[in-house]
Amino acid sequence: MDPQHLNLIYLIIAAAVATFITRIGGYVLITQMKQIPPRLESALNAVPAAVLTTLVAPAFVYGGFDVAVSMFVAFAIALGLNLSTLRMLVIGWVVVMLIRHLVL
Amino acid sequence: MRKDEFWEGVRGGFPIMLAASPFGALFGALAVDNGFTIADAVFMSATVYAGASQMVGIELFGNNVQPWLVVLSVFAVNFRHVLYSASIAKHVRHFTLVQKFFAFFLLVDPQYAETEKRGERGLPVTFPWYLGFGLVIYFPWIFNTLLGAIFGQLIGDPKAIGLDVLLPIYFLGLVMGFRKRDRFLPIVAVSAVASVAGMHFVGSPWHVSIGALAGILLAACLPPAETVTTTPVAIEKEA
Repeated sequence: MDPQHLNLIYLIIAAAVATFITRIGGYVLITQMKQIPPRLESALNAVPAAVLTTLVAPAFVYGGFDVAVSMFVAFAIALGLNLSTLRMLVIGWVVVMLIRHLVL
Repeated sequence: MRKDEFWEGVRGGFPIMLAASPFGALFGALAVDNGFTIADAVFMSATVYAGASQMVGIELFGNNVQPWLVVLSVFAVNFRHVLYSASIAKHVRHFTLVQKFFAFFLLVDPQYAETEKRGERGLPVTFPWYLGFGLVIYFPWIFNTLLGAIFGQLIGDPKAIGLDVLLPIYFLGLVMGFRKRDRFLPIVAVSAVASVAGMHFVGSPWHVSIGALAGILLAACLPPAETVTTTPVAIEKEA
């Protein structure tokens, strides 16, 4: 196996260990700590939305016209009709395919 | 009796397995698109087993982000599990050490939600039930990854069939899933602006840590909300 591929394997193992730590972490901590400080809890609560937003916003701004339009349409319809992520994906995919193969 | 409980768990997890299946396949296809082999994709699904963070992982890996930042991001996206395992501690305390090991490995969002619900209703949270519920989601997840990866291998240009747009929309859907949380809008707004600025002035992949840090710092600095809860605020949908 070439070294670069080996690095990917190590990366996946590290990600698996990191994930497992989050899954046992709460159980281990709850026996140690009575209460989480409110500010720490606010910060922890913000982590997923903050991280995921950084994967969305630049794609919207720099991804090109077709990507931006499909993201926006999927977002607007999913928000308006309270759709699942899967349906939202289908809408976005249909829009981008329409733009790429019919409009342009 | 124990066998009945196992199958009760399997029945409970079955609809969730169906809902998660397209995402397993999507992960497989996108992983191959981001430079993974089929075996890498299957290996990641089998060991990490956390849909959203796997998507984040392949996206960052595909952009040549430094390995430590990939692992940190996976850790950050999965951080909510700390709250889950703290919260279900009272229901699984009677498991043996080995049983706990498997139980926490399989602790995905719906597993948490169902365990909590079952415990609160006063029904017994037994290991066979927990395992049945978990495995009926776990094994198809791996199998669907394999199918998706094989399919992904056959695609020449992912852009021609619109694959490239799926990850950002998927992440957007996940972000929207958190919209009931305290300070959702300011956090998202700050992270969005900071990540775009980071992309523009510093460059990828630093925009991820810059944007995330900005949102997290804002959340820590704002005065705490009136309703302080010690249990997980919201149950997000996995994948």
